[in-house]
Amino acid sequence: MVLGLVNGAFYALLSLGLAVIFGMLNVVNFSHGALFMMGAFVAWMLLNWLGIGYWWALLLSPLIVGTFGVLLERLMISRLYKLGHLYGMLLTFGLGLIIEGVFRNEFGSSGLPYSPPPEFRALTVDFGFMILPGYRAWVVLASLIVCLATWVVIEKTRLGSYLRAATERAELVQAFGINVPRMITLTYGGGVALAAFAGVLAAPIYSVNPNMGSNFIITVFAVVVIGGMGSILGSVVTGFALGMIEGFARVVYPEASATVVFVIMAVVLLTRPAGLFGRA
Amino acid sequence: MADGSGFSPAPAAAKDVLFGFTLAQLLAFGLMVAFVVISPFILYPVFLMNVLCFALFACAFNLLIGYLGLLSFGHAAFFGMGGYICGHLAKVLGLPPELAIIAGGLVAAALGAGMGWLAIRRTGIYFAMVTLALAQMVYFFCLQAPFTHGEDGIQSIPRGKLLGFFDLSNDFTLYWLVAGIFLAGFLMIHRIVHSPFGQVMKAIRENEPRAISLGYRADDYKLIAFILSAGLAGVAGATKSIVFGIATLNDVHWNMSGEVVLMTLLGGLGTVFGPVVGAAVIITMQNYLAEFGAWVTVMQGGIFVICVLAFRRGIIGEIANFLRVRL
Amino acid sequence: MENFDRRTILAALAAAPAIGTVMTTRSARAQAANTIKIGVLNDQSGLYRDLSGPGSTQCVRQAIVDSGITARGITVEVLQADHQNRPDVGSTVARQWIDRDGVDIIVDVPSSGVALAVNTLVRERDKVYLNSGAATSDLTGSACAPTTIHWTYDTWMLAQSTGGAMVRAGGSSWFFITADYAFGHALERDTGAFVRSQGGSIIGSVRTPFPGTTDFSSFLQQARRSGAKVIALANAGGDTSNSIKQAAEFRITRGGTKLAGLLVFVTDVHALGLATAQGLVLSETFYWDLNERTRTFTQRVNLPDGMKPSMVQAGCYSSVLHYLKAVADMGVPAAKASGAAAVARMKAMPTDDDCFGAGSIRSDGRKLHPCYLFEVKTPEESKGAWDYYKLLGTTPADQAFRPLAEGGCSLPA
Repeated sequence: MVLGLVNGAFYALLSLGLAVIFGMLNVVNFSHGALFMMGAFVAWMLLNWLGIGYWWALLLSPLIVGTFGVLLERLMISRLYKLGHLYGMLLTFGLGLIIEGVFRNEFGSSGLPYSPPPEFRALTVDFGFMILPGYRAWVVLASLIVCLATWVVIEKTRLGSYLRAATERAELVQAFGINVPRMITLTYGGGVALAAFAGVLAAPIYSVNPNMGSNFIITVFAVVVIGGMGSILGSVVTGFALGMIEGFARVVYPEASATVVFVIMAVVLLTRPAGLFGRA
Repeated sequence: MADGSGFSPAPAAAKDVLFGFTLAQLLAFGLMVAFVVISPFILYPVFLMNVLCFALFACAFNLLIGYLGLLSFGHAAFFGMGGYICGHLAKVLGLPPELAIIAGGLVAAALGAGMGWLAIRRTGIYFAMVTLALAQMVYFFCLQAPFTHGEDGIQSIPRGKLLGFFDLSNDFTLYWLVAGIFLAGFLMIHRIVHSPFGQVMKAIRENEPRAISLGYRADDYKLIAFILSAGLAGVAGATKSIVFGIATLNDVHWNMSGEVVLMTLLGGLGTVFGPVVGAAVIITMQNYLAEFGAWVTVMQGGIFVICVLAFRRGIIGEIANFLRVRL
Repeated sequence: MENFDRRTILAALAAAPAIGTVMTTRSARAQAANTIKIGVLNDQSGLYRDLSGPGSTQCVRQAIVDSGITARGITVEVLQADHQNRPDVGSTVARQWIDRDGVDIIVDVPSSGVALAVNTLVRERDKVYLNSGAATSDLTGSACAPTTIHWTYDTWMLAQSTGGAMVRAGGSSWFFITADYAFGHALERDTGAFVRSQGGSIIGSVRTPFPGTTDFSSFLQQARRSGAKVIALANAGGDTSNSIKQAAEFRITRGGTKLAGLLVFVTDVHALGLATAQGLVLSETFYWDLNERTRTFTQRVNLPDGMKPSMVQAGCYSSVLHYLKAVADMGVPAAKASGAAAVARMKAMPTDDDCFGAGSIRSDGRKLHPCYLFEVKTPEESKGAWDYYKLLGTTPADQAFRPLAEGGCSLPA
């Protein structure tokens, strides 16, 4: 169950990014999985090509991928805001295919090694009945901090209030002299950076390969549907909760642990169509 | 699709000439039929059958997106399930191909009824994500169920004899059956769209509250359309399993759902002929670019991006727009 | 000149171009009749790209060079395609190759769904099918065909080598982490049977949902708590790499527990890195650094980026080399006329090549050669790039594969 928190941490980070992007841009970012993967790969490239270690990668990789996201938004996604959000989804789906395909051509598909930073080796706790590697504790902690920080930025700061206002009435906020398009661009970059951050966190745990994103993304979509689209708090709480439920199912009835998320989604849809935290 | 910007505007002076077709559509239909009849003598029939199966699949998918504005990201579930059921019945129970295909379609329709019942509670992206998640459950089911043989799939499904008489192991004989199924499905979809039922569907697409206020039960219409679309997708999948003699997990995988979206988008959402052209282009690409390996994925992604950014009407939509006719 | 009347001259003139045409078609036909077309069908973009993919094609080309067949005036063309691990794509490509392009033999084909689909097709068309990439032992069992040779490895062999040999080496109690689908179940069942037959015991197993399991930690914890001496991974591809990586994270192998991969290739070990994969036990039929012959082969084929050939790629080399020997022996027209005849000739000849040494092909289409149990070296033991394995044991060729009688193949022995 505690171990489920690790997966929960990734769900939370990814669905948070999706929720932020959706709230602001009205786009379901289908390339989120690919960008998550890219985050992990950039960390690998930093280490192997430039000799930059884990800690700097944790900072640099989200910046690099975030900048890439900003470019994507400026060059492509921004052209679609006037259209239905289905087009945004199709566009990002296509982008995801391209990114995955390019990485597969470049790096093959069996994956690349990336070791956890040596600092954590000493931190592993052995409870006798189970081992808790220090790195996993760090993943949960880091993800909690980042989620909390994002929440504070959006709910408590001036910038966040602009953001929320722009989500509701973009024209009005524009009229107050705030550059809404730039804010949108930065939001997309931010959401993408969250995905990349999750990617770097994941690199030492999962094998770094071009398919690592698509393994996650469908579950994350279900998480987002359960939590309610666009709800920041909802996506974080649901992310962690589902990770734990999944972890619990692994112990009790492992065969069902992959489907449990989808079953919950179906139940939620029947009872609360807008999602647990969503407004109808 | 509240804005409907991807749909070709309907020119005012488009009169139905025959069977709900305008003159331009009739010409295009004639061209298509001519192509279907002549092509097997020039091109490789198995390849063409593959194209026709996917064309029917894309048409079925288009029924939802094009006329109801519902983007399903889970249509592979029906396509694949139709194939599995058909393959299982034909191989294990020795059912003749025509019955096996019909059974495949029916089971897919039943599955569609279940999935649709859940999914139509939401619209737009939610609908897409819900169908995606439900299809993923179907995928899990197919992976586990013993009759699908997991990742090996159902192999060497017999082509059998149509009506106990025509030997389908001949590629040409089978081709005519597949062509017949495709044309029947195509005309059926066309008929649905041009029936009063289809008019209500379009009304729901354009303005759902208004349609409801006029007394139409939008949910019922959506569900029926969903079931029809699922059933036809199932028939397409079933036919494909007879053609290739295999039914495998790939047809249930969500990549397949993405592919059918791509076909329809490339051909033109909401056009009658678009999905057919889109399917032909994508399948041709997959076959003839197979030697380029991973770049095929990149190219497909590229086509997605180009279509969405520059070319939202799709191939047929652009042609129709250029000629100022409805196709 | 008087003897030539006008009519003969006219006739001669008229005949000249006709003779010319006859001659050119003859030479064209002679050329086609002297050409063997090989289709390499595998995964160039997905999970199996690194262990087969372009490397397999390169090994096939090497086999053509090494066979020296061009010196006999026989040309060999190589086509390659990506089946994208999709049976429909694979079988369409194979059909077109055979029906339209005149391909005579199809090589490699990993991914058992595609492999079985192509198997049926090649049998129908009476061509040759040399499968190196797929694991399913059905190819020489219920689905065996007179046109098929299953070259490199299969699930039965892996199960026996890893299961049986490890118990003999002291791994008496086992815990299985099994991917929850037919392939995983089969691996667990087969391996379990060998473990028991050697006097080992199975003290537990857990089924992991497939696909979609990325976090194996709770399963690994469970395995560790069971106190088993061997934790066996009955899974493949990404699942295997993830579980090995996380086993290293949870220090599963530190307490003397062995981790056994039931389907792991050298390319996977390369991807994981020695720090993560060290101590893993696995079975393969080819390792580039096994002996002098494998080393010279590796040097000759010289894959790009310093990659070393996997056993699947080596199998492509070995199988094509042997096929070309049979062609040289029986003549191109006879080889092209009937795939079954060509395969029969291949079965009648003993095999010998740098990759697998001396071996033979059984009547059910099973290529027989020894199988090796390896342990992955620690980073300290490794002397350089791609120095990954130490040899734990060898199963001789006559015991490495499923006995003929147990496969259920209907071909006459």
